Amino acid sequence: MGTKEEKEVSRRDFMRKSAAGLAGLSLIGLSRESLFQGSQALAAAVAPPQLKLEKDSTIRVLRWSAFVKSDEEIWEANTRKWEQAFGGKVVTEYLSWEDVRSKAAMEASVGAGHDIVLGWFDDPHLYPNRLVDVTDVATYLGKKYGGWYPVCEKYGQDFKTKRWIAIPIGSAGLCINYRTSWVQEAGFEKMPDKIEGFIKCCKALKAKGHPTGFALGHAVGDANCWTHWWLWSFGGKAVMADGKTIAINSKETLQALDACKEFYESMIPGVASWLDPHNNKAFLAGQISVTANGNSIFYASMEKFPDIHKDLMTMNFPIGPVGRPAELSLFSQAFIFKHSRVPNAAKHYLQFMMEAPQYGEWESGTWGYVTQTLKSYYDLPAWKKDPRITPFRECMGRMLWNGYAGPLGPASAAAMSEYVVVDMFADVCVGGKSPKTAALDAEKKLKKFYK
Amino acid sequence: MRAHPWNSATMIREQEGTLKPAEPQGPLAKISQTLKAKGVMGLLFTAPANLILLLLLAYPFILGVWLSFTDTIIGRTGQFIGLRNYWELLSNEVFQLTTFNTLLYTLAAVFFKLVLGFALALVLNQEFKGKGLIRAIVLLPWIVPTALSTLVFWWVFDSQFSCISWILMKTGFLQAPIDFLGSPNNARASVIAVNVWRGIPFFTIGLMAGLQTINQSLYEAADIDGASGWAKFRKITLPLIMPLLAVITTFSIIWTFADFHLIWIMTRGGPANATHIYGTLSYQRAIPGGHLGEGAAISVFIFPVLLICVLITARYLRRED
Repeated sequence: MGTKEEKEVSRRDFMRKSAAGLAGLSLIGLSRESLFQGSQALAAAVAPPQLKLEKDSTIRVLRWSAFVKSDEEIWEANTRKWEQAFGGKVVTEYLSWEDVRSKAAMEASVGAGHDIVLGWFDDPHLYPNRLVDVTDVATYLGKKYGGWYPVCEKYGQDFKTKRWIAIPIGSAGLCINYRTSWVQEAGFEKMPDKIEGFIKCCKALKAKGHPTGFALGHAVGDANCWTHWWLWSFGGKAVMADGKTIAINSKETLQALDACKEFYESMIPGVASWLDPHNNKAFLAGQISVTANGNSIFYASMEKFPDIHKDLMTMNFPIGPVGRPAELSLFSQAFIFKHSRVPNAAKHYLQFMMEAPQYGEWESGTWGYVTQTLKSYYDLPAWKKDPRITPFRECMGRMLWNGYAGPLGPASAAAMSEYVVVDMFADVCVGGKSPKTAALDAEKKLKKFYK
Repeated sequence: MRAHPWNSATMIREQEGTLKPAEPQGPLAKISQTLKAKGVMGLLFTAPANLILLLLLAYPFILGVWLSFTDTIIGRTGQFIGLRNYWELLSNEVFQLTTFNTLLYTLAAVFFKLVLGFALALVLNQEFKGKGLIRAIVLLPWIVPTALSTLVFWWVFDSQFSCISWILMKTGFLQAPIDFLGSPNNARASVIAVNVWRGIPFFTIGLMAGLQTINQSLYEAADIDGASGWAKFRKITLPLIMPLLAVITTFSIIWTFADFHLIWIMTRGGPANATHIYGTLSYQRAIPGGHLGEGAAISVFIFPVLLICVLITARYLRRED
């Protein structure tokens, strides 16, 4: 490649260029105050890592297409800010979120393609050796913004080496979405926050002609998330911490399955065929009273369904017999491939996007669709824009990681992609299998992946 | 026909061997002679096509087969493990269910496509007003991109918003919507129905072309002998169309057996793996699941069936020649 001219960005350069960039932004109508609103209070004085930006850096980014309209607009606007301030160029390709994994996997295999990928769940743990170490950026961000949530460390760090291989971007956090008036009609002031009461309320809702709706088909996001919450809330888990001992066939799992069968009685027929969009459609059509979802229902109802929007309420997932929150939500983290020719610029760009002025604006504009990974962002003004948004900021602190209690990696990715837990619940609720048989079947499937 | 004077002269001169032009010399001449050698020019002309086939078909295929003998996981180099992937798959319940689903999907869909497509071809082969328009309309399911038409069927078979359920409920035939994709057998029937809808035109148009080549005098002779419609179909139409029917059917088996996007869009293989076929399970295990070796092994299971189909097709094609 010859000698690559690189320029070191010293702290002084960084401040000077940031100032120049912000001056430019003021010309396009964004005040410095509005960008940094609240961010000073969130940030600690920490020196950023010394990154040598490659000359004429063009960063190619692959990320999931927006769930809510404003996401892409703000993400792009923040990206332009980085370009203006630091002279690089960022080309972002948006892809349906379910397709990012396959494309990133191929790029990892062939060693060519995008520099940065905003992937999901276990992605970086499938090919950790193909990824740039981002420990410096992650450490800096962690120190500056109150630390990472524990689950973010699980998702961001290589299980063995504990080095950071991905920057946790956020979670499309899931909450219980329900219709307030119907819950009251069923005799409850609000939705109970314990699973036992939750089941009672849901059955009462069904009796009043307002069934619930939770995906039990091969819905990558919704079905995986809520069934794992249910399993973990009863103390069940797929595998032990050693990542080898299969633990699904346990009395806790059987209790979870028994309770779920009772819960299923409250559901609208057809949930076994539901993919990710189904519960949104059914809720917005007024056909179901309760579901688990990100804030896209809030967002869509705000824009198009004012009556439902008024009646909508959100809350965190109820607590099960295990006595503590145990949730799963879609988790996105950004990673940089070693095949990138601009690894420093890529790191710098991600760092910039995670800084309070950018991240705060993104959170606010998307109404908290992507929940914060850094603890200081818990206090962002975005979370107080509407009381229905506020519960979403709790998601990250209540989450466990995919494949809990084992490590993230090929086995947890395979178990999720094969819908082992989802199908176990579907087998009992819809397929007529006994909980014991379903748990044994799931055990056999898991043994295949956890060797 | 009279020979051209110049050609005649040349022939005479060559026979006499006296006025033969001198053999050209030099490297260019040697190249020219090599090119004239039997087969060389042909090989050269087909080289680009062969190269493309080699790169785009043979290489991925061989790589896929190789991967199936390894434990490759995405992003990691795999080790050769012989037939372990295959043995493990054979005892894997999801794979066994997928094998059943694939066979059911293929046999049922191809059977209905054949029967309905043939029937439609016989109808459209008759003379009637607006024949051209109807034939064009029949082609529509085949022309519309599968992803698009499948999305429409995804809605048609929606558990809450199905237009079929809506009509039946409005007309009082049903009290609740049909759970098309939520129960295993309904889901299987639904995806087969969509595949049949999409594949009928291929049979219809293909067989119609064959029907039009049958000599009408055979039917006239049969009419004179007092043959019934069924007898004419059985003794004239069917035997004469059989080679074409076999070829079209084997093509259809190949496409149906190796289907992917229809299932992936409608059910993702659910509910509880009831609609997984080889293509979808292979993708699911290899890409989202990261187990490339095992995914490749699943897709290799498609190969023997396709090979048999190709051999049958080739046999019939040779017979037609």
